[in-house]
Amino acid sequence: MTPTPKKKTRPAPPKALLKSLTGIQGLDEITGGGLPTGRPTLLSGGAGSGKTMFGLEFLVRGATQYDEPGVFISFEETIPDLTKNAASLGFDLTRMVADKKLFMDHVHISRSEIAETGEYDLDGLFIRIADAVQQVGAKRVVLDTIEALFGQLPNPAILRAEIRRLFGWLKSRGLTTVITAERDRPEKLTRNGIEEFVSDCVIVLDNRVREEISTRRLRIVKYRGSTHGTNEYPFLIDEHGISVLPISSLGLDHPAPAGRISTGIDRLDGMMGGKGFFRGSSIMLSGTAGTGKTSVAAHVVDAACRRGEKCLYFTFEESPKQVIRNMRSIGIDLEPWVHRGLLQFHAARPTYGGIEEILLVTHKQISIFHPNIVVVDPITNLLMASTLHEVRSMLTRLIDFLKTQEITAVFSSLTAAGSDLEASEVDVSSLMDTWLLLKAIEVGGERNRALYVLKSRGMEHSNQIREFVLTDDGLRMLDVYLGPDGVLTGSARMSQEARERAAGTSRRQHLDGCKRELDRKREMFEARMTLLRAEFEVEEEVIQQSISQSKLLDAELSEGRGQMVRSREADASAYKKVGRALAPRKR
Amino acid sequence: MATPKPKKKQKADVYALRLFVAGETPKSARAIANLRLLCEQHLKNRYHIEVIDLLENPHLARGNQIVAVPTLEIKLPHDVRKVIGDLSNTDRVLVGLAIQPLG
Repeated sequence: MTPTPKKKTRPAPPKALLKSLTGIQGLDEITGGGLPTGRPTLLSGGAGSGKTMFGLEFLVRGATQYDEPGVFISFEETIPDLTKNAASLGFDLTRMVADKKLFMDHVHISRSEIAETGEYDLDGLFIRIADAVQQVGAKRVVLDTIEALFGQLPNPAILRAEIRRLFGWLKSRGLTTVITAERDRPEKLTRNGIEEFVSDCVIVLDNRVREEISTRRLRIVKYRGSTHGTNEYPFLIDEHGISVLPISSLGLDHPAPAGRISTGIDRLDGMMGGKGFFRGSSIMLSGTAGTGKTSVAAHVVDAACRRGEKCLYFTFEESPKQVIRNMRSIGIDLEPWVHRGLLQFHAARPTYGGIEEILLVTHKQISIFHPNIVVVDPITNLLMASTLHEVRSMLTRLIDFLKTQEITAVFSSLTAAGSDLEASEVDVSSLMDTWLLLKAIEVGGERNRALYVLKSRGMEHSNQIREFVLTDDGLRMLDVYLGPDGVLTGSARMSQEARERAAGTSRRQHLDGCKRELDRKREMFEARMTLLRAEFEVEEEVIQQSISQSKLLDAELSEGRGQMVRSREADASAYKKVGRALAPRKR
Repeated sequence: MATPKPKKKQKADVYALRLFVAGETPKSARAIANLRLLCEQHLKNRYHIEVIDLLENPHLARGNQIVAVPTLEIKLPHDVRKVIGDLSNTDRVLVGLAIQPLG
């Protein structure tokens, strides 16, 4: 081996791959800008997976939005059929053809009229395509489904070579091409292996049916020279064309608004730091049947509408009218909000379409209505349409989407009777910022409703289980009575209330009694005091009298003695003394 | 290019043959030569050949549903048949022309 000194070619400065926007909602996001410009893209999928519609929309959007006329070469459907089908997506092909924005050609070969008599090539087709491209100045071409030729023309070897040549030719002309192919077996992308001629971009469409509900999906198998989403993306074909749903946002970088919104129930706000939910957070109301999930949701909606915010209410269980009627019974009238355009209901049976369809419809409605609050009631009904795993992934995506839009989301979740309350049926609790658990407390032969905040991220919240009642005037949270077995509810609470009232009365009575006793004692004491004083006064009088008598006696005695002294004139001091002693008495 | 030889020897119908080709390629030339030879041998004076170059008339490819070239279009009283290829397989062409039965 002679090492050939390879000249170190500096890699050419990375030239970004040119991409052509498809205009198909969502597809341009996951492909990072559309299909490779000037190159063929293989679109593979089973029967009825939406290949033709995809191709048509690619051309229609190209012509109407990006000023890139297109050519549609149909190998299967006739032009009138295509026109009719496209009309169901809202595309007027006849008009586009008249406006020279679109050229359609139906290539039809009936096997019976063909006999092979020797070597042939597909120059006839090349000429037709070239002419069509020239007629409208096309930049985009769709070949739907070129493999049909294998069933119509003999000698597959020639055909394969010719198809390869065709792709090369399309590329040399710089035409952005979509080639559809039928996929009849999962291990192969195309029936006749033409994928090996298309090396740039391969997209697979899929229409999966699970439990009688079909879901369309799209996956980018290959995109040379470009990053792309690798997941399976659900897509929907409806009267506005195709919409592909970019599943999850790539990162967790949605904003976290610090604003708070009231729940519409004072005391519930009180349980969450007095301010209610965070704006843009996701809230789950879970509970068994009849615990008042919808009522709490209705309060949130009502409060939001009062603030002039817009709400979108997805109901999967009751009809909008039913919700309105039922909520009226607890004093919440939602109808005016509907009339004022602040509240919009969207009701559908989950079984109506696949889970992905529901997600897409949800997305679409949200994009159209731009609500501040979205209610999904209940998410558990989605399980009817799908598997747990799918519901989970759908909700993850929905919550992601809502968060990026800073929309507050309220989900209700029905807990099946008997199952663990704190394990939400759909098990999406980790996605929720706030989880209110509503439960029925069964005590003394009755069920009462109670509510507590199981978790609420980023705020202080009450840890108490609170009983609430649904009154004519809305949901009312009651005072908490704690009994030996926890929170007292219903009659137990009422009897406790009565007991407390009774106890209060007796305490009051006891107090009054004490007071009276005290008064009596005081009276007695005072009476006794009066008596004692009277006795004392009597005694005092007696004693005073005897004192004064003895004093008198004393004075008389000493006076008598003084006179004797004076008369003797023997002792002056004695005289003096007596004189002094007598003086005060004279005064 | 067309070589009309409308000599009515019999009361038999005249075969109206149109050969679609794309440019003057060896394949086209071969097909034209093969067709002429075959007609001379089997349809003497009962044929009319028209050679159409699709490069010059692209719209005819669409109008006549031509995909592969060369294509020979044979108009029969009640039918239009097409055979593709350079017509080197004479038997097949004759079947197409309903001159030779199958098998």
